[in-house]
Amino acid sequence: MDILANLALGFSVALSPYTLMLAVCGCFLGTVIGALPGLGPSNGVAILIPITFTLGLDATSALVLMTSVYYGAMYGGRISSILLNIPGDEPALMTTLDGYPMAKAGRAGDALVLSGVASFVGALLATIGLMLLAPSLARVAFLFGPAEYFALYLLAFCTLGGMASNNQAKSAIAACLGLGIAMIGVDTSSGLPRLTGGNLHLYDGVDFLVAIVGLFAISEVFLFIESHGKGSSIGVTLNKVRIPWADIFSTKWTMLRSSGVGFIAGILPGAGASLGSFLAYTTEKSIAGEKGGFGTGVPKGIAAPEAGNNAAAGGALVPMLTLGVPGSGTTAVLLALLMTLNITPGPTLFTERPEVVWGLIASLLIANFVLLLMNVPMVKIFVKILTVPAWVLLPGVTMVSFVGIYSLSGSYFDLLMMVGFGVLGYILRKLDIPTVPVILGILLGGNMENALRRAMTLSDGDVMYLFSSPIAIGFWIAAIAGFVAPMFLRKILTKPQAIKG
Amino acid sequence: MASDRIFGLVTLITAVAYIAAATQIQTNFFSGQYLPKLFPFMIGTVAALSALVMIFKPDPEPEWPSSRAWINMAIAVAVLALYSIFLKPLGFILPTAFAAGIVSYQISPRKLPALFSGVGLSLGLFVLFKFLLGLGNIVAYRIPTPAKLWEAISVLIPFVGH
Repeated sequence: MDILANLALGFSVALSPYTLMLAVCGCFLGTVIGALPGLGPSNGVAILIPITFTLGLDATSALVLMTSVYYGAMYGGRISSILLNIPGDEPALMTTLDGYPMAKAGRAGDALVLSGVASFVGALLATIGLMLLAPSLARVAFLFGPAEYFALYLLAFCTLGGMASNNQAKSAIAACLGLGIAMIGVDTSSGLPRLTGGNLHLYDGVDFLVAIVGLFAISEVFLFIESHGKGSSIGVTLNKVRIPWADIFSTKWTMLRSSGVGFIAGILPGAGASLGSFLAYTTEKSIAGEKGGFGTGVPKGIAAPEAGNNAAAGGALVPMLTLGVPGSGTTAVLLALLMTLNITPGPTLFTERPEVVWGLIASLLIANFVLLLMNVPMVKIFVKILTVPAWVLLPGVTMVSFVGIYSLSGSYFDLLMMVGFGVLGYILRKLDIPTVPVILGILLGGNMENALRRAMTLSDGDVMYLFSSPIAIGFWIAAIAGFVAPMFLRKILTKPQAIKG
Repeated sequence: MASDRIFGLVTLITAVAYIAAATQIQTNFFSGQYLPKLFPFMIGTVAALSALVMIFKPDPEPEWPSSRAWINMAIAVAVLALYSIFLKPLGFILPTAFAAGIVSYQISPRKLPALFSGVGLSLGLFVLFKFLLGLGNIVAYRIPTPAKLWEAISVLIPFVGH
């Protein structure tokens, strides 16, 4: 009954009229962000963090707002997948496979409602899973020492790198780039600057928000300039929206199974929502077999990836909250949010600041119901918003990014650096080098180095200390396996498009 | 092929320079002799090895944009860099209108829509940020002194800037 008491605490924090209003705003904004082509949960949340911070909201309100945006964007991603055949973000890619054919067959409304319900089921079950699993994982995490943490961070980079790109070397370069940038600044133990090249602006280090907004949002603008903003017109018409009860009922087991699969995929450090939707879709496809007609616009083909990716979004919060290790690009951005609010995720968060954790979980539950209510009747409004042309949308995104970073620091140097990260992000994306490990590196670099340093201090410089406990050894093996296995698996399976960056 | 090799080479040089810079990290009694250098060394080494893999096992060439698109992107980068510098001395409205308008024109080269999004976004976002969200350090316009203007421009000139 611990959980119920904690949940009551959470709701007492999150259920004031003010936070409810924030949740509604966040859900609406999030769905819009998710629906707009080129904007997804990661860059959408990223550009909003600096602004939220400057608004001076307290930690709980900011968390409620941003998690609503996060879940909203996960919901919204399906709208452009189904109507435009353009996924708003990577996890929504699998939804295009059956969603777009179904919409072309004149059942766009059914597809949107069904996917909304599937998203709700996936997200709800994952939030419940998070409630059950996170506290016990947090207790295990208390056993971790510096050696275990170092191996755990390594594991996150390896599994993320293994999944994120088709080329392991490129993932490794991306991770090193992020970690290398994280080293810049004044070293806390000596008080002396490191790797700043004597530039005073760099003494505080590179702000991760600058890097995130640059890599995720500004680089998107360059991609749009390259493509001249083509391909954003709606090709299918939306008929009258009604609730397709028969489809919802016939896909109930699909939704439940996919939620389970997605949740587990989300928990794996570094794997995230893309893997969740991919696994859920392929599992259901193989269960249905040839006769299932997957890929031609069947309801199960929509329910599976949507339940899967929303469940994975919830599952990814488990390692992020309990260990401080994000499972995906978006949770990395949420970690950035927590760090901006001066909240350090990890096992101690559960004991020291239960109101933050349970407030967050309660706000996820609230966001879910708000989103379901909002997405079924209001889906037409979101569809209208899709018609915003790229030549207004992208300059708008750019300017919001600038204002956000500028209001944080007021420094031209950060803005220039953000443009630099935008250019870098464009080049990396063209070369198929994943950008998420870069972000993860900047976010986790300091912690990872601290773990290493403490391990070396404790053991008086004995490298074998890093492999001294069964948990640490387990992480090392998993890390190596997670990094190497995709190389061999890739030869067996043809790489699905869903995992491409 | 070539792109991966070039990027690998650039990465290799950067990694070696990074390691070289790491050897120069100052240490003192509190930090210990080698601890502040250890992790940067490890990062540099992994990056250098990965760069070698990229050089010797490059992926197929990506689809690079046409030279026209390159010019458009270069203009956008230049505009955004100038915007970064002039946002403070000139205030929000004027630089934002120019920057948003030009970026819009680079995405879709039509004059009227670009003008519309420049002016519209500038005024709209100003109202949103200043009056609805109340962000403090956004100022509608400023008339800069020549000294301030020079200070901003000098950022772009190597060795003069700060």
